Amino acid sequence: MLQFILRRLLMLIPVIIGLTIIMFAIARLLPGDPVGLAAGPNATQAEIAALAAEYGLDQPIWVQYWHYVTGLLHGDLGTSLLTRRPVATDIAAYLPATLELVLAAMAIAIVIGIPLGLVTAVWRNKWPDYLSQIAAIGAISMPRFFLGLLLQLCFAMWLMWLPLGGRLPIIVIPPPTITGFLTIDSLLAGEWSTFTLALRHLALPAIAMSLSPLATIMRMMRSSTIEVMQQDYVMTARALGLAPRLIITKYVARNAVSATLTVIGLYFGWLLGGTVLVETVFDWPGLGLYATKAIVSQDMMPVIGVALVIGLMFVIANLIIDVLYGIINPKVRYS
Amino acid sequence: MTDTLSTDALTPPKYDKLRRAFFRFRQSKLSLLGGVLVALVLFFTAFGTVLAPYPEHIAGGVDTANRFIAPTWAHPFGTNELGQDVLSLVMAGTTVSVLAGFGVVMIGSIIGTIVGAVAGFAGGWVDEVLMRLTDLTLTIPGLILAMAIAAALGPGFGNMVIAISLSWWPGYARLVRGEVLAAREEVYVTAARAIGATPQRILFRHILPNTVSPIIVKMSLDMGFAILTVAGLGFIGIGVRPPTPEWGTLLSISRSYMPDYWWTAMAPGMAMFVAVFGFNLLGDGLRDVLDPKARR
Repeated sequence: MLQFILRRLLMLIPVIIGLTIIMFAIARLLPGDPVGLAAGPNATQAEIAALAAEYGLDQPIWVQYWHYVTGLLHGDLGTSLLTRRPVATDIAAYLPATLELVLAAMAIAIVIGIPLGLVTAVWRNKWPDYLSQIAAIGAISMPRFFLGLLLQLCFAMWLMWLPLGGRLPIIVIPPPTITGFLTIDSLLAGEWSTFTLALRHLALPAIAMSLSPLATIMRMMRSSTIEVMQQDYVMTARALGLAPRLIITKYVARNAVSATLTVIGLYFGWLLGGTVLVETVFDWPGLGLYATKAIVSQDMMPVIGVALVIGLMFVIANLIIDVLYGIINPKVRYS
Repeated sequence: MTDTLSTDALTPPKYDKLRRAFFRFRQSKLSLLGGVLVALVLFFTAFGTVLAPYPEHIAGGVDTANRFIAPTWAHPFGTNELGQDVLSLVMAGTTVSVLAGFGVVMIGSIIGTIVGAVAGFAGGWVDEVLMRLTDLTLTIPGLILAMAIAAALGPGFGNMVIAISLSWWPGYARLVRGEVLAAREEVYVTAARAIGATPQRILFRHILPNTVSPIIVKMSLDMGFAILTVAGLGFIGIGVRPPTPEWGTLLSISRSYMPDYWWTAMAPGMAMFVAVFGFNLLGDGLRDVLDPKARR
């Protein structure tokens, strides 16, 4: 097992090299004038050249790439033209917000989606099943940013039950940073009022993010449950006279979940890169919003950094899922 | 009587299969609903600009005397901050969104099919290199990649379609490679090789035609998400620029006028939902018909 994990971790190195090469090619080979944009509309030719020299953007692309990769070894992701801060510092500040959002959304999706999939499979071809199938396709088809706007309009503007956006009101002092998750940090600091505030800010964006993974997990769970229910050992259990409830919860559910896990892993990575729109709607200070601001001003270092970080987390999430897969289903345990 | 008999006997098996597929498709009410919705969307794609009640607003005309009128019979979805009829803008926006989505899926599937077919057919180091490239592109978050390319290329319809397509092909590459690998071992390929067909001929005349149906299924399932991605780029402000009406851009503008003028957001949002819903239902139905392995 340990060897398997180590081997997979070693495979991250070519992934990092490949990702940086692709992103560098996009950043440098496509038209666009990031330095001119960063220098401002009134900058003279000399000022632009000075800025380019300061950030090393006047050198040939392979020299720039070499500097970038050697910097990576020291945890240096370059400097943002826009914020004039190291990209690594920026990402460290914004990543926890995105992670908190994605984990909350995945938690909602898993907690509701898995039981729902199980139940609809048992009720296969009856009207609750049909209804939930339509609802699932509807949920997948709903644009996340439109859903976010609707939630905002309903619960924040009309009913005023929940805040409009952000992670905390500006006047509230955030708890000391330990994990970077405001909900967990405020709990660790024992600040109950901050915890409820953070949770209330998290609610709407997390719901907006969770709907489509919820539907996908439900559909996946439904079809894998149906498949498992047709297996011989389920038939045997039924023939032996075991209670249907026991068969479902003890034998079917466990085997059906392991197939659903792969989808969960893929979705996690996908959500990490898909927070952009929801973060824009709810003004959630995460990686997506950071990347968007950088992209609009063609500030490529943050974009490369964000793509690299999300890509790595995607690979790591799939590694974790593979390990979990072996724990749940001993048949596929790796040597 | 004799007529029906003779036509039945003459119907080639291919059409028979098609008829059976159509029968199965009709059996599912959801697929039919999807078909109807998609037909409606395609209708507006073709005629939305012509049929719009206020064509002058689509071209960028404003009517400042009638700003922010709540939904009435004259303006079923109200008017926006420039006094433009929201319904007209959304009807015209169908063209941009659907054509862009279609362009993305077409370009993405063509690139992906070429990469996947070459990788699966050639094998060896070619396969290794192409598939590693595919995996790498898959790990880069698609929306961020598309945004970065679109921003670098500059605004415009074509640039936006190219940008999204470049993040769209890996799924097709993997799909086609798998299909080609499976087909390569089939007897008809061995037979073709035995009679001396060139590798190109085997790939394009024998293998690829047999991988068409999963590609079509994926394309129809992808149409909805491509439309969503196009709208997403518009929402952020990259892509098509006003006054060209585009659903995502319209929604993004209406955000500034919430909650007082909420109706400006409803029509573009609902249009997106209906279009994507229709394509997803249709795609699901097509998959059940064309891809029996996935049928449950």
